[in-house]
Amino acid sequence: MKKTALAIVMAVCAAGWSASAEPRVVCLGGALTECVFALGAGAQVVAVDDSSSFPAQAASLPRVGYYRMVSAEGVLSLKPDLVLASVEAGPPQALAQIERAGVRVVRISGDASVTGCVARVRAVGAALDRIEAAEALAAQIESELADFRPSPPDGILVRVLFVFARGAGTLNVAGSGTAAAEMIRLSGGVNAVDAYSGYRPLTAEAVVQAAPDVVLLTSSGLVGIGGEDALWVMPGLKATPAAAAKRAVAMDDLLLLGFGPRLPEAVKILNQLLYP
Amino acid sequence: MRNADSLTVELPAENVSVDGFRSAPERWLVPVLAVLLGAVLLAGLGIGALPISTGQVLAILAGHVGLELPWSFTEREVAVLLHIRAPRIVIGALAGAALSLGGALMQALFRNPLADPALIGVSSGAAVAAAAVTVVGPTILPLLGMLTTYAKPVAAFLGGWCLTALVMKVAHTTGQIRVDHLLLAGIALNAMGFAGIGVLMLIADDAQLREVSFWNFGSLGRGDWSVALLLLALVLPVLWWSCRRAPWLNALLLGEGEAALLGVPVERVKRAAVLLTCVAVGATISFTGLIGFVGLVAPHIVRLLGGADHRRLIPAAALLGATLLPLADIFARTVAAPVELPIGLVTALMGGPFFLWLLIREQRREAV
Repeated sequence: MKKTALAIVMAVCAAGWSASAEPRVVCLGGALTECVFALGAGAQVVAVDDSSSFPAQAASLPRVGYYRMVSAEGVLSLKPDLVLASVEAGPPQALAQIERAGVRVVRISGDASVTGCVARVRAVGAALDRIEAAEALAAQIESELADFRPSPPDGILVRVLFVFARGAGTLNVAGSGTAAAEMIRLSGGVNAVDAYSGYRPLTAEAVVQAAPDVVLLTSSGLVGIGGEDALWVMPGLKATPAAAAKRAVAMDDLLLLGFGPRLPEAVKILNQLLYP
Repeated sequence: MRNADSLTVELPAENVSVDGFRSAPERWLVPVLAVLLGAVLLAGLGIGALPISTGQVLAILAGHVGLELPWSFTEREVAVLLHIRAPRIVIGALAGAALSLGGALMQALFRNPLADPALIGVSSGAAVAAAAVTVVGPTILPLLGMLTTYAKPVAAFLGGWCLTALVMKVAHTTGQIRVDHLLLAGIALNAMGFAGIGVLMLIADDAQLREVSFWNFGSLGRGDWSVALLLLALVLPVLWWSCRRAPWLNALLLGEGEAALLGVPVERVKRAAVLLTCVAVGATISFTGLIGFVGLVAPHIVRLLGGADHRRLIPAAALLGATLLPLADIFARTVAAPVELPIGLVTALMGGPFFLWLLIREQRREAV
């Protein structure tokens, strides 16, 4: 909460001396890019990071690499006036160097929650001097989510295990406090693992104990481990209710975990997938 | 002891080369490398993701000392040149010199061309210590606060020193360092070092994980002028000592017993060489992450070109290392611009094949 408030204050301060011409923007963070485009400022974006896969126009822009490992001169070579950076963007030395070169760097936080999502939209709006559009979008997101009351048809909540896969060798399971856990909650499910916070490597026994009804993955993660067939032969997963019913659900990485302006859409889609 | 200071040992090969036809090119080695270093540093200033013309580079540099040249430039170009590229090039040159010096010292000490700071544990010890400071430092050393900037290089130095001392201890049997034991001890302790990094990555939070995984890639883009000055202050004394003690290093090549007979304080030299390697390489790694192959390859190239006399080898290796790393960095930051490649990747990709070629060449020569 403190973080989001700080981000808004920072963004508002930064917006105070915005340039007269439309500033050239570099976005470091997929959700930020989505916000910029949703606020109608997509034409100003000159480059994005690797995580910015939506909308299609953003995906075809020049890339500055992984947003946590950007190169200061690489970003500066695109002659931006404004760099919108998520709090995870870095390294901090590179962002400091970009700032020292006279480019406005606005760091925008926003945790993985509805308030975080709305705060991010507002912060981006302030940084781009599109405060009215941002207010409208924020209000729309809030009301859509407020109207959405996920209620399981038979009153039984589905237990969901989120598996974060980066290649077959590294499978991590989301505990509490993660973006995945919040998405599962918003969509009317229950995160099958709440014994720890953050991500921990998957162990067979822990998975059996979690007894998930559904296994949730990102689309790229599912491809990375070799598809659904490869999933069900994983140690531990075999012995879960999810495997018995062959219920694996995959969603686009950025849509599922980004907490961008498409959050209401993402929540509804996941709810549909959990309760077909 | 006094005698040892003025000791000169002419190696067999050196006797031939000093009076023979190879002496002329060898004498030119250091000046030529110095010129090459200058050229690469200037090229590094001019080349980058943001195009800055040679004229603009000159104008910015001249503008810094109050001269006006007829090329116009913007504030952005000044910032990129003076605060991003220039310190980066200086850090690259100093890091390259430190790694190469470390390699030359270790190779002299162990009388083994395969020895390099990474093999005997300096690198992994430094990396695991720096990673430990990153991950558990904030928890167990809350008092450090602002000192964390210095805690990392100090820890990297201590970690490198500890692991190297362990390797030496294991390899040191019956008054002699056994090369096979050295290699095996190095392999075992390196494996333990990287396992330690693995454990730290497991307990690290997201931001720390990024910081730790940085060690395995390496980058010259994380420093500013203060880092450059600190490295300068650490590398120059090591270079000075190595140049001054080059005759002792030459004597060590004959064998420790022989060197002792010639009046070289063998144990003292060994301890000093290891300590100084840990200072130079540990500090470098703490700022740049792990950068492989420079320490191994640069002294090798110098030996091929200029023989094994450390009076020439030491300054030449430092110069070549200082040239190669900024050169590799030019590739790293321009090949995929605006994305940057990890520098360790570039040095391994360039150094690996070159080293294999050296080995094969050497084998062929021996066969003939």
